[in-house]
Amino acid sequence: MNGRVTITEASVPGLPTGVKLRFDKQRDQWVILAPERLFVLDAVALEIVKRCDGQASVADIVDDLTAAYAAPRDVILKDVGALLQDLADKRILAA
Amino acid sequence: MTDLGFPLAILAELTHRCPLQCPYCSNPLALEAASAELSTAEWKAVIAEAADLGALQIHFSGGEPTARRDLEELVAAAAAAGLYTNLITAGVLLSRERLAALAEAGLDHVQLSFQDSEAAGCDRIGGYKGGFEKKLDCARWTVELGLPLTLNMVVHRQNLEHLPEMLALAEELQARRVEIAHVQYYGWAYLNRAALMPTREQLEDATAVVEAARERLKGVLVIDYVVPDYYARRPKSCMGGWGRQFLNISPAGKVLPCHAAESITNLTFDRVQEKSLREIWEHSPAFNAYRGTDWMPEPCRSCERKEIDWGGCRCQAFALTGEAGTIDPACALSPLHDALQALATTESATGEGSFTYRSRKAGEAAARLPERIDS
Repeated sequence: MNGRVTITEASVPGLPTGVKLRFDKQRDQWVILAPERLFVLDAVALEIVKRCDGQASVADIVDDLTAAYAAPRDVILKDVGALLQDLADKRILAA
Repeated sequence: MTDLGFPLAILAELTHRCPLQCPYCSNPLALEAASAELSTAEWKAVIAEAADLGALQIHFSGGEPTARRDLEELVAAAAAAGLYTNLITAGVLLSRERLAALAEAGLDHVQLSFQDSEAAGCDRIGGYKGGFEKKLDCARWTVELGLPLTLNMVVHRQNLEHLPEMLALAEELQARRVEIAHVQYYGWAYLNRAALMPTREQLEDATAVVEAARERLKGVLVIDYVVPDYYARRPKSCMGGWGRQFLNISPAGKVLPCHAAESITNLTFDRVQEKSLREIWEHSPAFNAYRGTDWMPEPCRSCERKEIDWGGCRCQAFALTGEAGTIDPACALSPLHDALQALATTESATGEGSFTYRSRKAGEAAARLPERIDS
């Protein structure tokens, strides 16, 4: 039986089957394609989602983004956690 | 007019053939024969063109799309063009092997209809004996194959009492998503309206059940809920506006602004065999007839919601008044609004339960629809 996924630093997020990250060349934007859904990703969301490869943990992703963007780790953790929990609740992220 | 862009998603109604006979089928009353259907090559050309124009998703629907033997080939063509592919099916013609072949061809998502939460109601409403068991098999195979599963539940007076069981069925079958869609009254559903119309109390109960379930099943089951508008105060933003975000290709190649558009009998629709999709999308008189806000009568034209509701639903305005360009009677600002609500209340209380089932023969006989409403 399914259960709600709770995102923690130890979670290893990835896109499940039937959910695809794609570049929409006609509109020059990145989108997630999912059952009866299409989500346009802004620059921040894209940086997070493209790191969700089913191998890196949330802690790894946050470390990577902290290094790349020279921002406080706790701020990035909060943003990443909120986005991934929202995607998980929409059933377009597995972890 | 500003840049029209192109729809993100298109609906490909591959055939009107279907083993089920649902009395609220979204197909037109005049069902296309198999001989009128587009060929495999024609569909593949349209799919490639739609992807090239900017479509990102394609919904394969019908009738029953699995009645087309070339479905695997069409799914593969869509996947090769980069489209996200969705199958909208009744499930009763599928074997596990065929579903696996479709997954192999690149199918991304299965939307499976149930007419009720239990066999008796499901088989009676769908007019197909043994259908419920086959649907259960189809749901299990979908999940076993790793495909995301959505259950489509069309709800109305004769099955709304089972709404909690429908949600439980979706959970039990491990659907990621369920659509609870109240019947919208065009074509077949308009013909069967008195047998389907829910009471206002049923509607309010259903909405409360859905809201509670959304809270309880957060992160487990995504619930989409489509409300009926005969009891509403504001009309639905039908298709997000005529000719703005969506197009539908009929089995015979007609390009429609929505699946019910053929019910507006004074419009003519261009065909993909004759013109390019881009030309039809941008210039077809049927698409331009109610596009934007210039066509609107008052009070729509000066309404602050004109770019929210887009004037409601043209098919509904036509079905109820005979004029597609008039105010949707679902809007409280329509002079017909009170009459519409009274009609819904009366039909839900006194309508008989028997259906006119969908069939080619019944469609031909149904030239005369229920009375239009008068103010």
